[in-house]
Amino acid sequence: MLRKGCHNKMATNGDLNKKNAVDIGEMIARNKQKKSFSNYFEKAIPTILFIIAIISVLTTIGIVLTLITEAVEFFKRVPIWDFFTGTILKPLSQNPEFGVLPLINGTIMSTIIAMLVAGPIGLMSAIYLSEYASDKVRRVLKPLLEVLAGIPTIVYGFFAFTFVTPLIRSIFPGVDATNILSPGLVMGVMIIPMIASLSEDAMTSVPNAMREGSLAMGATKLETTIKVVIPAALSGIIASFVLGISRAIGETMIVTIASGSSKNFTFDITQSMQTMTAYIVEVSGGDAPAGSTIYYSLYAVALTLFVFTLIMNLLARYVSRKFREEY
Amino acid sequence: MKQIDANRLEARMNSRVRNNNIWKVIFFLSTLVGLVVLAILLIRVLMQGIGWLDWNFLTAKLSSNPDRAGIMGALLGTSWTMLVVIPVTIIIGIGSAIYLELYAKKGWFQNFIQTNISNLAGVPSIVYGLLGLTVFSRFLGLGNAVLAGGLTLSLLVLPILIVSAQEALRAVPQHLSEAAYGMGATKWQTIRTVILPAALPSILTGTILALSRAIGETAPLTVLGIPAFLLPFPNGLLDTFTALPMQIYYWTLDASLVAEYANLAAATIIVLLLLLFILNSIAIFIRNKFQQRY
Repeated sequence: MLRKGCHNKMATNGDLNKKNAVDIGEMIARNKQKKSFSNYFEKAIPTILFIIAIISVLTTIGIVLTLITEAVEFFKRVPIWDFFTGTILKPLSQNPEFGVLPLINGTIMSTIIAMLVAGPIGLMSAIYLSEYASDKVRRVLKPLLEVLAGIPTIVYGFFAFTFVTPLIRSIFPGVDATNILSPGLVMGVMIIPMIASLSEDAMTSVPNAMREGSLAMGATKLETTIKVVIPAALSGIIASFVLGISRAIGETMIVTIASGSSKNFTFDITQSMQTMTAYIVEVSGGDAPAGSTIYYSLYAVALTLFVFTLIMNLLARYVSRKFREEY
Repeated sequence: MKQIDANRLEARMNSRVRNNNIWKVIFFLSTLVGLVVLAILLIRVLMQGIGWLDWNFLTAKLSSNPDRAGIMGALLGTSWTMLVVIPVTIIIGIGSAIYLELYAKKGWFQNFIQTNISNLAGVPSIVYGLLGLTVFSRFLGLGNAVLAGGLTLSLLVLPILIVSAQEALRAVPQHLSEAAYGMGATKWQTIRTVILPAALPSILTGTILALSRAIGETAPLTVLGIPAFLLPFPNGLLDTFTALPMQIYYWTLDASLVAEYANLAAATIIVLLLLLFILNSIAIFIRNKFQQRY
């Protein structure tokens, strides 16, 4: 609108017709009047955007509120102490027992297996990509690794159930048809790219001067990597591990499909175990009538899961902020 | 008196260099581990599913007879959910990003929202499912309709989109917006005509990546109680639906009953992966073609 006004003015200035000439003050006033609608709009925009931005806060509040209110209802029926120390989970039996420890155990076991795969392999991939690989090789390998991260978890679940488990069972016949080992391993592969790329970012941000100093002192590339680059990037590497753990804890479909639904409280990884996430899928997908104790147990388990991952995410943030070496 | 034993020095040097070379190979091999598994996974799925993938499979209704079963319902369900997810995430995601990057005053409140968003990105998807079940399915009474699934998935991928849109807006150089202000443009005019167009390719790329996350997501949908066997096609936002990943899930679970279901699941996986591949190719194309470097 402003541009148009200017244009007209210039055109009339061409023949200097005094009748059409306007006082500058008048013109500004007229322009202001013309823009009053867009003025309102201009002022409303920040408010509208603010309301939109608040939606993410509302989501958090929604999650926390639903989990807590329904979990409180659950703890009215099952004492909180029994829930967190109970080693027996039998939600469907005549005398139901709701001990969450089998689920926590299953979650921790699958996470440990996954991290035993993803931790070393992810870190070593990061070392190769950041310290050894040429630009050309990195440009090929990195996107390929990221493809792994883009594959839906249901596909990994299918792979664990129809390929990895039979493979393990053909080598070790004693393994159950559903077990925690196979989904743990596959979950590890799924987390590799996450740890590799976050650790690599941390290592590439170590200034080259430090590497060159070490190499100039006669250290080999391996010694430079282990004694200079990794210590300097340690906060980022630890943060990547913690985020990997958080991802493993929250992972659902792989364990749901491949680890079955027996609520064993055991440390034998060849057996079927249920994780917190898989329990939520089993119970909500089944027919838990709203208002029953088993329905509310969903929320108690989900709240536990939420707190676990929240602690991990906050820890990752804390580590990468607190222990960051500034150069 | 010798200061340095040449033999020992050489032996030591050799072993250090050897160590370096050995570990270089080990590091390289571990990079390959992920890729080898990826290759096995893709080959395995292709071999299992490709024979089942034909026109009938894509267009037929679901059936308990593996030879006649098709995924048209799942394809339509996924499309309908995307019809919800796309507008909702784009409006909320880009709006939030503009507010946080360009309007919000630096301070505790902006910090709070920012922390909140990065924490939301770390919440397991199954928890979003419970939020959807409680708020959309039960409280708003949407049940397991397309709208409930779409809104749940939207909330799930929003943090990803907000963060990537913020990065895109941040990457627009200051001098562009300053030039616009200098011409007398207002803040909103500057955003609408200068900053947003400049950031659009990156924002689109981020949007497509967020969408492909939503398409492959299964866990929240299982919580909403999407039926395992659904014959009628969804015809609107309030219809019950199933989606590609849900179909894969149910067929995988039932593979122990009917062995062919595993092949159907593999064929559906091929369709899903092709869809994601196309989306990601579009994203990469947009990034390479339209992104300007300043």
